[in-house]
Amino acid sequence: MIHLKQITRQFLMGDQTVTALNKIDLTISQGEYVSVMGPSGSGKSTLLNIIGLLDRPDSGHYELDGVDVTDLTETEQAQIRREKIGFVFQSFHLVPRLTAAENIELPLILSGIPPQDRRTCVEKALHAFDLQDRAKHRPAELSGGQRQRVAIARATILRPSAILADEPTGNLDHQIGAEVMMLLENLHQSGTTLIIVTHDRELGARAQRHIAMRDGVIVSDTP
Amino acid sequence: MTLRDILLLSLKSVASYRTRSILIILAMALGVAAVLVLTALGDGARRYVMNQFSSIGTNLIVVLPGRAETSGSFPGALLGQTPKDLTLRHAQLVGQLPQVRRYAPLNVGVAELAAVNRLREVTVLGSTADLIPIRHMKLTQGSFLTQGSEHSAHIVLGAKLAKEFFPRTNAIGQRVRLGEHRFLVSAVLASQGESMGFNTDEIVIIPIEYAQTLFNTSSLFRILIEAKSRNDIQSTKLAILETLKQRRNGSDDITVITQDAVLATFDRILSALTYAVAGIATISLIVAGVLVMNVMLVAVNQRTAEIGLLKAIGAPSSVIRKLFFAEAFWLSLAGTTIGFLLGQVGSLLLRMAYPQLPAWAPVWAAIAGIIVALIAGILASILPASRAAKLDAVLALGKK
Repeated sequence: MIHLKQITRQFLMGDQTVTALNKIDLTISQGEYVSVMGPSGSGKSTLLNIIGLLDRPDSGHYELDGVDVTDLTETEQAQIRREKIGFVFQSFHLVPRLTAAENIELPLILSGIPPQDRRTCVEKALHAFDLQDRAKHRPAELSGGQRQRVAIARATILRPSAILADEPTGNLDHQIGAEVMMLLENLHQSGTTLIIVTHDRELGARAQRHIAMRDGVIVSDTP
Repeated sequence: MTLRDILLLSLKSVASYRTRSILIILAMALGVAAVLVLTALGDGARRYVMNQFSSIGTNLIVVLPGRAETSGSFPGALLGQTPKDLTLRHAQLVGQLPQVRRYAPLNVGVAELAAVNRLREVTVLGSTADLIPIRHMKLTQGSFLTQGSEHSAHIVLGAKLAKEFFPRTNAIGQRVRLGEHRFLVSAVLASQGESMGFNTDEIVIIPIEYAQTLFNTSSLFRILIEAKSRNDIQSTKLAILETLKQRRNGSDDITVITQDAVLATFDRILSALTYAVAGIATISLIVAGVLVMNVMLVAVNQRTAEIGLLKAIGAPSSVIRKLFFAEAFWLSLAGTTIGFLLGQVGSLLLRMAYPQLPAWAPVWAAIAGIIVALIAGILASILPASRAAKLDAVLALGKK
């Protein structure tokens, strides 16, 4: 369960203070499928970064699974990211010098899982995302859809409770984008919370709950 | 994240940025090689000089008339005085001291050597049979003035002289004339070339009494003394001084030089030289360290998005820092290993070019070079590693 109370986040742009999030209150239950939409600069990516513990609010409180995580140390937050949150980015963010299998393996390495267990997990993930033939290929040798599949496999390899996807189909054509959304929705159906930030109305409409943002505030929150 | 995984992941990084890694490794390797080759040169020179001294005997004590003081010359000479004579009798007295294994009185001069229609000027040493073992000289044929044969008119020829005067016949048993005196060639010295600036191939040796008659002197040039052991040198020196002082009515104007003292001085000077060149070469290691820092700072900039990704998937700052440290460790390790090998090859080439120079890098230089290079590399990674660790994940992920 994600519970945000009066979250505010401001940035200094030159000598001006810009409020990216303004006293946001939001609760997302475990297993929900939520889309966050809004124009550029509305604060949707900042909201996703706060939920993903990549950024800290200037004020307010954030509870994750009943624990206040607002003031945790950097190392404690890193551990929560590792264990509970999976990120999927528009530009995939794969490490170019590592193969598909090695990219998927990264979160397992960071968690200190022994090599033998890692190998089994990666093989399962490669199979689940239909990437067996591409295991030893580097990102530059993969298509956009394959890269995003590798990124999703990496985000889910430790079975996080929430997947945070920021424009996951932004760099893909319509058909491949639809395939990627299918994969993400399958994960949601197995009980994972899915939060998608997007400009794409059609994509946003697939979610069970639709949040619209403007100027750092939630202007609508509808099922 | 385990240490093994940190080392493996960073090794993959090092291997994938090939050009960058090769340049850093090269800089490091050249630094380490410079330390090894320069210290090999310095220490080789030191050992060369030490060997030269050892070849003329480390138990050697030289007694000479007059007193060498801080001016380095005989102060009496400045006042028109000559030091008191050192005679054969003095040499015999010194030779009877219990600490002395053997001794050789020595006179040196120049005379004309003539035989078989040939004539040339030669350096003449007048001494006894013990000169040969004391100066570590060798004979190719014949026998030197045997003990007690000081009065026989025998002469020993240097190797080159024997060849010049008797190119086709055996020199042994031939008659030669030295100044106005006739001598019978009893032995020929083995060719030894230059030893401490003295070419033994072009000298002749005659019995001391003949030399004193030839040069019309009763004073010795030197007394060469070999102590029974190296530990006896100081006590022998004191005993010599005491004996000669008593014998010469309390006059102590003699100088006793021990080989040890000269050896120790050269050792100190050349060791200092070796340390100095090692110090200069170490600067190149520090320059290599600065290069590592520079290249790694660029690498952090190039890999900002990757660092952001690692943070997003749960790598704390400490892991990011360790990954960069480990990269610096691998680069430094490869650099020092290759540098060590290059240094060994460089020293080998030096030894091949100058076979008389024992140019081996001293162990301390090899160890110090490697440790300094490793430390310089790892220290140089502190700034880039901490810059990477402090990167803001959101900004880093936003960077293309």
